[in-house]
Amino acid sequence: MTAPKEESKSKFLLFLGCAIPYRVSSYEISTRKVLDKLGIELVEMPEYNCCGLPIDPVNHDMMISLAARNLCLAEQQGLDIIALCPGCAGTLRKVNRKLKEDKHLREKINSYLGLEFKGTIEAKHLLQLLAEDIGYQKIKDSIKKPLNALSASDHSGCHVTRPGKYIGFDNPENPEVLKHLIEATGANYVDYVDRLECCGAPIAGVNDNIPLELSREKLVHVKDAGADVLITVCPFCHMMFDTNQPRIERRFNENLKIPVLHYPQLLGLAMGFSSKELALEGLRVSPNHLISQMGAKTGVSEK
Amino acid sequence: MTDTKLEKTSKINTPEGNSGTLKNLINSPIKADEFDPHFKHEISKIHGGEKLKQCFQCGTCTSDCPIARFSDSYRPRHLIRMVLLGLKKRVLTSDTLWLCAACFTCTDRCPQNVEVASVIRILRNAAIKQMLIPPIFKELGLNILKGGIAYRIPELRLKKREQIGLPPLPKCNLDALKKLGDATGFSKTLLGAD
Repeated sequence: MTAPKEESKSKFLLFLGCAIPYRVSSYEISTRKVLDKLGIELVEMPEYNCCGLPIDPVNHDMMISLAARNLCLAEQQGLDIIALCPGCAGTLRKVNRKLKEDKHLREKINSYLGLEFKGTIEAKHLLQLLAEDIGYQKIKDSIKKPLNALSASDHSGCHVTRPGKYIGFDNPENPEVLKHLIEATGANYVDYVDRLECCGAPIAGVNDNIPLELSREKLVHVKDAGADVLITVCPFCHMMFDTNQPRIERRFNENLKIPVLHYPQLLGLAMGFSSKELALEGLRVSPNHLISQMGAKTGVSEK
Repeated sequence: MTDTKLEKTSKINTPEGNSGTLKNLINSPIKADEFDPHFKHEISKIHGGEKLKQCFQCGTCTSDCPIARFSDSYRPRHLIRMVLLGLKKRVLTSDTLWLCAACFTCTDRCPQNVEVASVIRILRNAAIKQMLIPPIFKELGLNILKGGIAYRIPELRLKKREQIGLPPLPKCNLDALKKLGDATGFSKTLLGAD
């Protein structure tokens, strides 16, 4: 039943989660494009459910059970999970680790699931796949049109690295993976004040104001630092910075107009994909002026 | 004050009777009969709460909290202190409990290794079980039981996936989720005892 893992080195189960199919399909579309180019085969989860994170405040055991069920399904396929959402990735990763370490918890959750958690697979975020399984060199080799004319800042997202002792990827106090990945496209990396701050999205359902204030502050800092574009790797961060940007401008009387791209869109542009192939039209804040600006200097064209 | 909306999860009496709205107790003077000396021990027995009693109130959690910077009332250090003092009712009915964004900055930076965000999660679980739930969590939870994921994706959007060449979304096994909801007490918490 379980395929030997060695044979399927570049094959991964794609975990889409909730937010991406709900309203951030541009992230999914562009990810599929660039990973295919990098020789990664994505297999759809045979059946899946929520990772568990959204209802952790309601019932912790249910969160663990939901995550564990996804992990068990992946074990049956003998494939590691790639999640595009850091919330999903972090949750699956944390629960995977806890269930491997804690026999008592494992037995309890197995009895709930009616499945046996074996601990034979890994779950990781897209960034980890890009940095560790694919590697910076292979990414650099895939670049056809280096984005030298572009200055980009990053918002890595809390759950890619935190809590550090359970996630064990990159440095939570100075995350560098996304920065290196941006530089791999030829773009100039631009640091900014409060780069590590949360976007506030997780409390958007209970408080209308604080997440907008947080995101506004970050966008202002990005603009002040002179970046042309902000790069994210999380559907929720992206909704705060891109989808909500016009709202932020209205509420705080700001003029921001900062395009926010999913990292695979940035990489895709450097690989030579067209705006359409990368679903750039799905962004709220249009990056068209950047595309034409880059096109003039590097030959990246908008088809 | 925050504008967090809360609704009652069960028929258990809330401190304010049946009104469904609660006065924020956080700023009123503490009364001697409010202390529950067992509370901190209960919390520290649950996963994530183990290091709770190591807190020495340095305030790193609050000073590094992105939410606290923009909120007049949300202070993770206060919440931890209330737990240590045994102010159970006060902390479980506090509307600021729902403002943690679970970014885990406090957890990563606590010099005493207290998993602050996890303690807050434990408190939320307890608050929901006993009294109050913000409507958003009820909605997300019910969506999961009904459709497998936290959002209900409109049919039109599912069709659009196919039109633009994306594979159909994998189906969820709702029977399996129902069993999990029953076994963990999740369904009972959301739907009430009846």
